[in-house]
Amino acid sequence: MATTADSFQAHHEDHAHDHADHKPGFFARWFMSTNHKDIGTLYLIFAIVAGIVGGAISGIMRAELHEPGIQYLQFWAEFMGGTPDFDTSLHMWNVFITAHGLIMVFFMVMPAMIGGFGNWFVPLMIGAPDMAFPRMNNISFWLTVAGFVSLLFSLFVPGGTGPGAGVGWTVYAPLSTSGSQGPAVDFAIFSLHLAGAGSILGATNFITTIFNMRAPGMTLHKMPLFVWSVLVTAFLLLLALPVLAAAITMLITDRNFGTTFFDPAGGGDPVLYQHLFWFFGHPEVYIMILPGFGMISQIVATFSRKPVFGYLGMAYAMVAIGVVGFVVWAHHMYTVGLDVNTKMYFTAATMVIAVPTGVKIFSWIATMWGGSIEFKSPMVWALGFIFLFTVGGVTGVYLANGGVDDVVHDTYFVVAHFHYVLSMGAVFSMFAGFYYWFPKMSGRWHSELLAHLHFWGFFIGVNVIFFPQHFLGWQGMPRRYPDYAEAYAYWNEISSYGYYIMAASMVIFFVNLAYAFTAGRRAEDNYWGEGATTLEWTLSSPPPFHQFSELPVIEEHHSHHDHISDPRPATA
Amino acid sequence: MNFPGFFKGLNRTFASLAMAGMLAAAPQAVTAQEALTQDDLVAPVPEATPAQALDGVDPAQAADVADPDAVAAGSDAYTPMAPTEGKGMPVQGGWDVQPQFSPTGEYASGLHVGLIWVMVAISLFVLALMLYVVIRFRKKANPVPSKTSHNTTIEVIWTVVPALILLGIAIPSITLIAKQYETPPKDAITVKAIGYQWYWGYAYPDNGDFEIVSNMLDDAEARERGEPYQLAVDNRMVVPVGVPIRLQTTAADVIHSFAVPSLWFKLDAVPGRLNEKMLTINEPGVYYGQCSELCGARHGYMPIAIEALPMDQFNAWVRAQGGTVAGEEDAGIDTDPSLPPTQEPESAVPGAPGAGAPPVENPAA
Repeated sequence: MATTADSFQAHHEDHAHDHADHKPGFFARWFMSTNHKDIGTLYLIFAIVAGIVGGAISGIMRAELHEPGIQYLQFWAEFMGGTPDFDTSLHMWNVFITAHGLIMVFFMVMPAMIGGFGNWFVPLMIGAPDMAFPRMNNISFWLTVAGFVSLLFSLFVPGGTGPGAGVGWTVYAPLSTSGSQGPAVDFAIFSLHLAGAGSILGATNFITTIFNMRAPGMTLHKMPLFVWSVLVTAFLLLLALPVLAAAITMLITDRNFGTTFFDPAGGGDPVLYQHLFWFFGHPEVYIMILPGFGMISQIVATFSRKPVFGYLGMAYAMVAIGVVGFVVWAHHMYTVGLDVNTKMYFTAATMVIAVPTGVKIFSWIATMWGGSIEFKSPMVWALGFIFLFTVGGVTGVYLANGGVDDVVHDTYFVVAHFHYVLSMGAVFSMFAGFYYWFPKMSGRWHSELLAHLHFWGFFIGVNVIFFPQHFLGWQGMPRRYPDYAEAYAYWNEISSYGYYIMAASMVIFFVNLAYAFTAGRRAEDNYWGEGATTLEWTLSSPPPFHQFSELPVIEEHHSHHDHISDPRPATA
Repeated sequence: MNFPGFFKGLNRTFASLAMAGMLAAAPQAVTAQEALTQDDLVAPVPEATPAQALDGVDPAQAADVADPDAVAAGSDAYTPMAPTEGKGMPVQGGWDVQPQFSPTGEYASGLHVGLIWVMVAISLFVLALMLYVVIRFRKKANPVPSKTSHNTTIEVIWTVVPALILLGIAIPSITLIAKQYETPPKDAITVKAIGYQWYWGYAYPDNGDFEIVSNMLDDAEARERGEPYQLAVDNRMVVPVGVPIRLQTTAADVIHSFAVPSLWFKLDAVPGRLNEKMLTINEPGVYYGQCSELCGARHGYMPIAIEALPMDQFNAWVRAQGGTVAGEEDAGIDTDPSLPPTQEPESAVPGAPGAGAPPVENPAA
């Protein structure tokens, strides 16, 4: 076995020497890719496409909520092939909120963070030639695409009161079982099966790669924090997604094969579904934010020209967040009728998460403290992240209190909270990472001016969208409402204006992309200068098709922060 | 009587018409006997499948949800109380929780204010640190970066201090939860809120087990009555003021959630489960709420309105509904209210209409 593998490797090497940067043809390269950088690129393109769809849906929602009453849903009901009657129109609303949630979680944030940046930079940062299982990497990507297709298909088949699955991204039974006739919900569930299978395969790939393919000398405690973040994320995926798969498989059998896991008439329990879903769902929110934490650490260190403050604390804070993240799930279920002790436990456990999160926030600030800060676009996005994530974090502590949560549970306060940590936390970190690495990935410079403009437009836009939603929630406006009482009109109108600002800033983003690919100047190997000290900066921009045919060696004098300097006394 | 039980799974039109007819036929105090007669008329038609109920609707039927005829039924004994502007309802541009009218709500809103101060203080502290850092340590001001990469003392401080702050929050927070879970006294009046797609039913098992069906009023009707649209209902859940109420929630089809922001009260209505919490309302008034768990197409159109009345007026209202007042006459029920509702055999058949949604009414009544 070993002999075979070795001889194959040797044979492969012969060719590599002849054609250092040999690339396969178009179809083989992009449809049968086994190259981690190409797959990363595919994931990023996929995430951008899904983000456009999911973002457009939020535009439909904000337009509808601009003023009280039902304005556009009849049009969308007819557009999607339904009849424009009252219930179908309202059903379209539920389809939109469902699609927006599922797309943004499973087909935008996760593919971009883990599939995109993870695939691109984990092997580069640990000095590996590729991922451990390149073909599995390929199937992970295409399963995600298949999942997206299944979700889009669900929009065009009956889902009960109209076309599409209108059950919310949480797919709660019995609304998703006896409450939704027609195949739409089955397709939506199957979409999660496919995307989930892709993610589980991806997670095993990352764990294997990180444990086995680090460059000689790179101990776990010398790994860049982004790699740490992906490692923790991969474990969360590996442990959480099978629970989701089980839960939604039970939904499928309840729907189609007469089982009654979640049906009280047969001895089942709808609340069981919620426990299973949130056992996955809460780790899922850390899956979406942890790689962002990693990227922010890299970026803050680079542009402060200082090593990350409290590296071990930062790494183990992520481990702690991952571990504690598994034992707090029922804070999503404070109003289902938990007993008093359960509610007290989940209140206390949830608040504990604020401690490692606080360690991270303060460590980022301490990294900048004493630094020599350059405000390049990734750093500006990172600064935006730190503040807005703090705001989302403190409202999280507020919501953690089970007794207080009773008034804001399932209201716009919750919507505001999780958009502050995701739409501003995760998304800001993704834009920070994008501008940080875009010239490395493409070989061309974006416009820094446009990137800054994009930041300010997006920053103002999302704050105008989501800050007033705290007030709406406190005033009692429930989530997932297409229409609202007159009294909620004021803040809803402002919130909708915020969307238009945000959307305009996204135009700048795409203009910037077009500029980079048409007129952007070539990027050097290490274009951020001496603050950028991880292994990807030793390679050309873009890196060669196959990198590290000769493995880099992490020397004794290299620290967690610095993998590339010439020998000199250790600094950390 | 329990007439809404028969409506379960019915075509919406029929349900609305039947209800309108019933209320129109008995504009004055509807007695149990009269209501039963209506029940018998309605009873033979519960064969409509849930699918029909979901699919066979058109806009005209939707408008029937709040049939003006149905709400025209008044009573000398009880006139719906006019809501007070800004009390028990949201206000335009409001940025805080609604004023609270329950003891737990008052306690919770105190904690809420404390938490706002903590949130604002932490956010501003982080913002101040960031502003200081980006000004003091920008490249121009500090061209040579320091090499500091850890400092045990400060790391211990920023771990321990947040933990202490959280401990400070946890104590009142746990106290609040304990208060919210206090069990009602044995003689507390039980009100059962039952979620249906898409309206609420309110059963009064201690008062003769009658059930009120509560549908949203349409825009014009709500305005005419001087009530906020999308919050106003035809028949409110009427409860006595100042005494603990045993509020139970359950649902007939999918999960709903019974939520009233001005009482700091939210409890999911889950099919097959009977959730229970104590609710005390401090002063008479009308308190609005809305369904707070996604329950299908008209999730946004099944509001809640609680009217809290002094006990004697509440008793008068109960009599007007054909119910009985404890101590006055035999309520006719001897089942333990803490027991889950008995199941009707037809619905227990898998695949039967309404399977998965056990009936919530008490057939003993």
